Amino acid sequence: MRKLGLACLLAALCLGGGLGEASAQADDFSGLAGPQFEEMSASITALAAHGGPQGDAALQALEDRHLFSGADGALFIHDGAVCQNARTGEAASCPEDLKPVRLNNRIRTVLAGAHALRELSSAEPDVRLKAAQALYARHDMTMLPALEQAMSTEKVPRVHEKLMQAHAATVLAQAPAEGTQATRLKAVGYLAEVGGLEARGLLANVAASAVEAPEVRHAAQRAVSRIDWHLRVWSVLQNAFYGLSYGSVLLLAATGLAITFGVMGVINMAHGEMMMIGAYVTWLVQQGIRMTVPALEPIAILIAIPVAFVVCGGIGVVIERSLIRFLYGRPLETLLATWGLSLVLQQVIRSVFGPTNIAVQTPAWLSGSLMVGGLDITLNRLAILVFAGLVLAGLMFVLRRTTLGLQMRAVTQNRRMAALMGIRTPKVDALAFGLGAGLAGLAGVAVSQIDNVSPNLGQSYIIDSFMVVVFGGVGNLWGTLAAAMALGMGGKVLEPTIGAVSAKIAILVLVIVYIQRHPRGMFPVRGRGIES
Amino acid sequence: MNAFSGQSVRSFKSVVWTAGLVLGLAVVLAVASLLPENSPFHVSAFAVSLAGKYLAYAMLALSVDLVWGFAGILTLGHAAFFGLGGYAMGMYLMREIGARGAYGDASLPDFMVFLSWKRLPWYWWGTDHFAWAMLLVLVVPALLAGIFGWLAFRSRVSGVYLSIITQALTYALMLAFFQNGFGFGGNNGLTDFKDILGADLHRPATRAVLLVVTGGALAAGLLASRFIVGSRFGNLLVAVRDSENRTRFLGYRPDQVKLLVWVFSAMLAAIGGALYVIQVGIINPGEFAPANSIEAVIWVAVGGRGTLSGAVLGAILVNFGKTLFTAWLPEFWLYGLGLLFIGTTLFLPSGLMGLWRPVRAAPPEEITPEVSAPEGEHS
Amino acid sequence: MPVTMPNLSRRNFGRLALASSAAALSGALGAGYARAATPKGEPIKVGILHSLSGTMAISETTLKDVMLMLIAEQNSKGGLLGRPLEAVVVDPASNWPLFAEKARQLLSVDKASAVFGCWTSVSRKSVLPVFEELNGILFYPVQYEGQECSRNIFYTGAAPNQQAIPAVDYLLSEAGGGAKRFALVGTDYIYPRTTNQILVNYLKSKGIADEDIMVNYTPFGQSDWQTIVSQLKAFGSGGKKTAVVSTINGDANVPFYKELGNQGISATDIPVMAFSVGEEELAGMDTKPLVGQLAAWNYFESIETPANTAFIKEWHAYTKQPKRTTNDPMEAHYIGFNMWVQAVTKAGTTDHDKVIDAMIGIRQPNLTGGIAEMLPDHHLTKPVFIGEIQDDGQFSVVWKTPALVPGQAWSPWVAQTKDLIGDWRKPIACGNYNTVTKTCLSRKHA
Repeated sequence: MRKLGLACLLAALCLGGGLGEASAQADDFSGLAGPQFEEMSASITALAAHGGPQGDAALQALEDRHLFSGADGALFIHDGAVCQNARTGEAASCPEDLKPVRLNNRIRTVLAGAHALRELSSAEPDVRLKAAQALYARHDMTMLPALEQAMSTEKVPRVHEKLMQAHAATVLAQAPAEGTQATRLKAVGYLAEVGGLEARGLLANVAASAVEAPEVRHAAQRAVSRIDWHLRVWSVLQNAFYGLSYGSVLLLAATGLAITFGVMGVINMAHGEMMMIGAYVTWLVQQGIRMTVPALEPIAILIAIPVAFVVCGGIGVVIERSLIRFLYGRPLETLLATWGLSLVLQQVIRSVFGPTNIAVQTPAWLSGSLMVGGLDITLNRLAILVFAGLVLAGLMFVLRRTTLGLQMRAVTQNRRMAALMGIRTPKVDALAFGLGAGLAGLAGVAVSQIDNVSPNLGQSYIIDSFMVVVFGGVGNLWGTLAAAMALGMGGKVLEPTIGAVSAKIAILVLVIVYIQRHPRGMFPVRGRGIES
Repeated sequence: MNAFSGQSVRSFKSVVWTAGLVLGLAVVLAVASLLPENSPFHVSAFAVSLAGKYLAYAMLALSVDLVWGFAGILTLGHAAFFGLGGYAMGMYLMREIGARGAYGDASLPDFMVFLSWKRLPWYWWGTDHFAWAMLLVLVVPALLAGIFGWLAFRSRVSGVYLSIITQALTYALMLAFFQNGFGFGGNNGLTDFKDILGADLHRPATRAVLLVVTGGALAAGLLASRFIVGSRFGNLLVAVRDSENRTRFLGYRPDQVKLLVWVFSAMLAAIGGALYVIQVGIINPGEFAPANSIEAVIWVAVGGRGTLSGAVLGAILVNFGKTLFTAWLPEFWLYGLGLLFIGTTLFLPSGLMGLWRPVRAAPPEEITPEVSAPEGEHS
Repeated sequence: MPVTMPNLSRRNFGRLALASSAAALSGALGAGYARAATPKGEPIKVGILHSLSGTMAISETTLKDVMLMLIAEQNSKGGLLGRPLEAVVVDPASNWPLFAEKARQLLSVDKASAVFGCWTSVSRKSVLPVFEELNGILFYPVQYEGQECSRNIFYTGAAPNQQAIPAVDYLLSEAGGGAKRFALVGTDYIYPRTTNQILVNYLKSKGIADEDIMVNYTPFGQSDWQTIVSQLKAFGSGGKKTAVVSTINGDANVPFYKELGNQGISATDIPVMAFSVGEEELAGMDTKPLVGQLAAWNYFESIETPANTAFIKEWHAYTKQPKRTTNDPMEAHYIGFNMWVQAVTKAGTTDHDKVIDAMIGIRQPNLTGGIAEMLPDHHLTKPVFIGEIQDDGQFSVVWKTPALVPGQAWSPWVAQTKDLIGDWRKPIACGNYNTVTKTCLSRKHA
């Protein structure tokens, strides 16, 4: 019943749009084959109105990019397995030279509108809610009759409310007409309650409009300043989140160094390259899983975590045994050797994978964002924040509660004494360095979700990582945590006012000056020697 | 490393030799480049510009060696001073272009016209006078080094910490100079120079003179460095390098000793940078890249740390190799450079100079990695 | 298509054969040109000055490969003037002073007849004095900021009026969404700075108010875009249709688009028009969240013409990588190289002065239709396409300029250069000629 009503309304709209009823009936589909976007748009509107189940299927296929055009305007739906004629729905054998029907942004907008309209008549309240939300964001005036129709039949309160909002937005998006003042005033009041960026945009338009009635305009102006105030409050929190998330990336990048540099005193300039290898491992794991077990693809990133740890850790052990161990006690020369190593590793990756960026996929469950009040929390950043916390906790556990951790701390505090107690110090060294490299690999997995993956990846993190470790105080994990968060927060607090570059410079200068005052960082490890 | 403690006193002759050799080579190349092209002894303009570049780099290496080899300060940011000197010289050269730029503006450099600036910023004032620009070449890096060093050495920042913050210093400068609003041409830097003191930079005679000047500057730098390390002050320097605390307890002020040599070294690097810019024809923020500073350190390590001649030798050899390999094996030269770093630190701890020096007693090997507090004095 | 062809017959290469091979050039690429003898004689050297290591290797390595392919192919067609072509490849390693040094090497040691190279503006600025001093020939294949016109450089990429201005026209138009508010976001270097300066003036002339234009610069390799994207989002809530014009440099794009996608900005809300994102860059991205975002170029791999199809096929065969993408600067090199071949053939010599003079007026078919002509200011006529990113990493063309757009070296939208033109024909023979005062700002070429 509802469906029929909608269809009638839309058919009337199409007539208004100047599309002849007869020709539309003759072939609603013909415009879909392209290449004229105008005709395509008309076809979509017509199909949404009275295309029947076959029209719905064709539109859905178009959205999913499963619609193909053949010779003479023939249309096929091909979802990878089954092929059918789009007009009749009959199974067909798809010709060879099919081309996917191409879209542009306007068509996507029209399609999204048609989709939302279709879903308004869904039996599921959640689907209707989503449709209402989409119509709220679209506030397209041609949808107004359909909205009103839906509002009159909607029983579920939350859906009804969302529909009311969409209605208010749509009303305000239109130019004011005679006698609509009361409706518009109500809509302004309604949107002022709703708040958020979309409402602000609409209200700002009304507030600035010259043709608007004065009282509506004033109401809109008041509403805008109120929303602006709310947004400002939220933006403080939002910035805090950005700072935390940036800090968590720094933390991940620096924890590995905190082990190799902070605990072992080895300056590993190839640390960034370990991160890079971690990111490449992520990519390899994704590719491998896609080819072997496609069902596991969404969690490939989770599988990549242990793999990257083991691979990078392994490489770390090899490096320690073959290079670092000859250089103990000569930290500055270790620096040079590992810098050379970093050049070699970069070039190896460049030779094997090519110099270009590779595309590491972000699974759907890590894309998008979560709205918490006025706070927009992007999921990948949230995941990295949580991951960084877990890694830090895990590391603390290893250092405090395991034999390896005990031995590492013992060797750190007094190598000879530890050796006399029967600890095999070379083994502990190798494992500790491997642990640091493995942690870098974990950071690589995380970074692959937010940054470029190319042979140059490591270089962009190395200086920041060192700054974090030195700023926090070498040999102190809590210091590393505090420094990462301080640098992240500092950068993000400064950025909106003085710009990204200046913020970065300011932070660097602050750290330099801080180190001059406190040469051992924020949380120096106390010792009895005059050097410490 | 204690191995070098006494050698500076004995290596006076070798440094004088090197200085003479450098100057002689520059003169010979310069003269040869002015011979007619069909002469068998003619040297191409390309070779002259390459030689000029190597010698300028050698000055940078020399300045790094002075602080690393003799005062134990591993600097990973000396390119900052090299670059600042270069920018000061670039400012003068930019002003020399005058109205011959693309926009034909007599008072503003092209990039300022393009940013729609109406007036010269104050820090560009007077840069059209050669003498003022030369003063800037020396004073600006010296000031920066002075302030940085005074703060750092006074609060006894040393070893790895110092290395890392020198790196942060040059990195911050790089970011700052990348900004177009900073007034130094942003990423493009300063380029398209026409002449210096009225002499056309593209003429072979000018290039020849510049090469001789660079050779002379390097030779003078070598001798001056030699004088410093050979003096009583030089002994103090080595003492600070080998044990800062003992020197302090003996009543000396290690911070002042270090500061002096640090500032001198920064000025040396700046002169190198200024000469580099004239001959290469461009200065841009890329010169501040931390990688450049680290590379300068490896030149010193290859040549032989703590030997002034070694620094010069290392800089010239590594850069010559780089020129060859980027032409012959462009895809593989990074392997070569990387392996050179590793190989030198592992197998040639005293560099090439160590090869023809009498083998002396190996320095006492550190058996224990000093873990809780990495100390600069060990390297 | 084989790149090195077997020599079926050995015959001397006369003028007739030359003329016919030149004619074959302008025909469809690789479509059965005459098999010619191995050229003899002293090789003509062609310099290739693209970074093979360092940060720019990402983009430039491909251009080296395409040049090697074009040279091999030319040799299989009998070389040039009966002589073989020899590629001289050097690696300037993304280091700008090294670019100048290598340019000097190519010109004075290798005596290269022409050099194809550079990507970034700074590398071009770095080699420019060298090319002018040694009177070399450089073909520069990348879209750039304009405001330059050297006698020794041929700019085969787009000038701002061949990319930025048509792109903004599209955004302003009904079909492009009729944007009324613009955020110009770029990396802080000369290309975005100039382009944005031109665009701001242009937008103002189209009635866009000051408060509806936002300009933002970020450093190279910016990877944390959270703050800026949220600023864009807030800017987009001003009540008017908003579009972003991005001159963000290659590498920083991946995190930028990821952040856009995650903060829920889709192309239908706020479209992003990019000038530095091509097929090659997309190959390193997960394009699903980007579908519908825009780019303006003079070439897209997805444009179906016989010439383009043949070119792509040959590229895949040459690189032995059936999925390797092609992009705009590659086409620029293809056009530039073939123009140079024509000019040398026309001049009958590789003498630099004669070839430079012969270049003006040379016509070469584009891969995407239409004919590129070398203009007196050393820029080309080009078609301009707007493409939307598809989920397969390709662009689908949604708009193109009705006619070819001639490149302008000096922008009429910048106050200091509105009266300047470049014309290297006699009698003007000047790169920055003021049409009002009738003077040449720099020295005229004698």
